[in-house]
Amino acid sequence: MFDSTFDAVVPLLCVILAALAAMGAEAFRARGERMPIGGLGIVGLAGAGVSSVLLWNRNAASFGVILADNFGLFVTLVLVVVGVLTIMFSSQVVRRDALPAGEYYALVLFAIAGMIMMATANDLLVIFLALEILSVAVYVLTGIRRDDQRATEAAFKYFLLGAFSSAFFLYGIAFTYGVAGSTRLDRVGAYLAAQSMSDSPLILMALALLLVGFAFKISAVPFHMWTPDAYEGAPAIVTGFMSTGVKAAAFAAFARVFLSAFEPFSADWAPIVWIIAALTMILGTVVGVAQSNLKRMLAYSSIAHGGYLLVGLVAANEVGKAAILFYLLAYAVTNLAAFGVIALLGSRDRGNDELRDYAGLWHTRPALAALMTVCLLSLGGLPPTVGFIGKWYIFSAAVSAGYYGLAIIGVLTSVVSVFFYLRVVVMMYMAEREVAAAMPPRVTGVSMAALAFAIFVIVYLGVMPTQVLDLASASIATIF
Amino acid sequence: MDGWLGVVIMIVLGVGFAGVMIGLSILLGPRNPTPEKLAPYECGMPAVGDARERHSVKFYLVAMIFLLFDIEIAFLYPWAVALRDLGWAGFMQVVTFFLILSVGYIYVWRKGVLDWGPVARAVRRQVRDKAA
Repeated sequence: MFDSTFDAVVPLLCVILAALAAMGAEAFRARGERMPIGGLGIVGLAGAGVSSVLLWNRNAASFGVILADNFGLFVTLVLVVVGVLTIMFSSQVVRRDALPAGEYYALVLFAIAGMIMMATANDLLVIFLALEILSVAVYVLTGIRRDDQRATEAAFKYFLLGAFSSAFFLYGIAFTYGVAGSTRLDRVGAYLAAQSMSDSPLILMALALLLVGFAFKISAVPFHMWTPDAYEGAPAIVTGFMSTGVKAAAFAAFARVFLSAFEPFSADWAPIVWIIAALTMILGTVVGVAQSNLKRMLAYSSIAHGGYLLVGLVAANEVGKAAILFYLLAYAVTNLAAFGVIALLGSRDRGNDELRDYAGLWHTRPALAALMTVCLLSLGGLPPTVGFIGKWYIFSAAVSAGYYGLAIIGVLTSVVSVFFYLRVVVMMYMAEREVAAAMPPRVTGVSMAALAFAIFVIVYLGVMPTQVLDLASASIATIF
Repeated sequence: MDGWLGVVIMIVLGVGFAGVMIGLSILLGPRNPTPEKLAPYECGMPAVGDARERHSVKFYLVAMIFLLFDIEIAFLYPWAVALRDLGWAGFMQVVTFFLILSVGYIYVWRKGVLDWGPVARAVRRQVRDKAA
C-alpha cells in the first residue's frame, strides 16, 4: 500500500537530519563551548543540493504526495542557495548578538526543510503541513532576540496573522476536498478538468480561500499588513531569510496549485490575481518611497517584487512560467545579499538600519558599499544585473500574453522604485559621514565570501542568463 | 428557497423558546441573594484571590511537552491497532517519527526543562561546568 521509493524525499531528509543533528549538538554543548553547528547545516544543505541534482529529470515520487519533478528541484536548489548564504551570513551575527546558536541553526534548517517540502508537495494537505513547519520555525526566528521589544512584537504579530491565514488555507483545502473528493493535486486537477464548464460556487469558494492563504504568505496586497512590521522587527538576516525563502517556497506551491490543479478555472482566478498583482506593485513601490528605515524600505520593496512575480503567474504562458522561476532565483540571491549587508553593518545594541546610518559608507567600508550598490541596482532592475533580466522576461511574458496594462504598471513602478534604491546609493557615496557615528564593524571572511558569491551570481546571470533560463523553462515546461 | 422554510421556522422557534424561558425566569423567579449564594462555588474552599496570577514559565513548558507526547500517543494507538496491515513499512515510519520526537526529548532533558527544583539544576550545572 506504500510506494517503496524514498528517492524524492532524500533532499528533504538531508536537511531534516542536519536540523536534528544541530538540535542534538546543542543539547550536549557545555556552556560557553563553541561548536561548528552552522557547518553542520551547510553539510546537510550540500547533501540536499547534490541529491536534487542527481534526481534531475527522473520525476521521482514518494508516497504519491512528494513529487521531485524538475520544477520542485529547481526551487529546491534555489532554497539550498538561500540556506547556505543565510548560514554563512549568520555565523557572524549569531556570535555578535549572542543568539542561541544551536536553536538558531536548527530553526533555520527546519524552516528550509518545510520550504523544500512545500516546493515538492503534490497534495494540498502536505502543502499545508509544510507551510506550518516553515511558519512555526520562522515565527520563532523573528523573535529570537527575546530581549528586544520590537522583535517580540513583530513575532507576535506575524504569528497571529500567520495562524489566521493558515485557517483560510485549511478551509480552502476542505472545500476543495468537498468538491473533488481528494486533496491530491493531480486528482483534483483531473476532476476539475472533467467538468470545467460548470462554475460551482463551492469551487470558487475553494479558489478564493486558497488564494487568500497564499497571498498572505507571499505578502501580496491587501494581505501584506504584517510584512513591514515583521520584517523591521526581526534581526536583519532573518528578514533576508524569510523574505526570500518563504516567498520562494510559497510561490512554488502557489504556481503548482493554480497552474496545474486549478488551471481549468484560470478564467476565474486570473482577473483577481491581475488586480492583486497591480495593487501589490503599486503599493509596495509608492509606500516604499516614503520610508527612512532601510529594513522597512526593503520590506516594501519585497512586497513590490512579489507583485512582479504575480505578473508572471497571470501571464502563465511559456515565457511567463520560466520567468517566475528565474525571477525567484534572481530575487532570492539579490535580496538576501542586501539584507546580509544590513545585518553585517549592525551592532549588538543598534541595528544601524536607518538610512542616515549609511551616509558616507563608501569612505569607511568601500567594499561593502560597492557590493550593496550592486544589490540595489539589481533590485531596481538595471542592467547588467540579474534583476534586469528577470524583470525583462516577466514583462515580455505579460506583453506576449496580452496583459499590456500589467506590463505598463510594472515598468512604471520599477522606474519609481529605482528612485529609492538610488537614494541609498547616493547616501553611501555622496553624503558626509556623521561625525559622531561609530565606525562600522569589521566583516569576517565567511560573510565576505558569501557576499562575493552572491554578487558573482548577480552579475554572471545578468550577463549570461541563457543557461539558467533554459534550465528554468525546461523544468517548468514538462509539468504544467 | 422553499426547502429552507423549515430551517427558518426551526431557528425562530429555538431562539424564541430559549428567550421566552430566560425572560420568564427573570420576571417571575423569586430573588433572595445571600453571600453564600453569590460565591463562585457554593461548596468547597472559599476563594482566596484572583486566578489571573503570574505562573512560572515551567507550567507552559510542561504543557507544551505534554502536547507533543500526547500527539505521539494519539499516533501510536491507531498504528498498534493496524499493526499487521501496515507491516514493516508502517513500522519503519512509526520508528522514524518516534526517533524525531526522541531527539526533541533529549534536547528538552539536557536543557533542564524537566528539572523543577532549583537545587538540582544548580548542582547539575556545576557538574557540567566542571566537566567542560
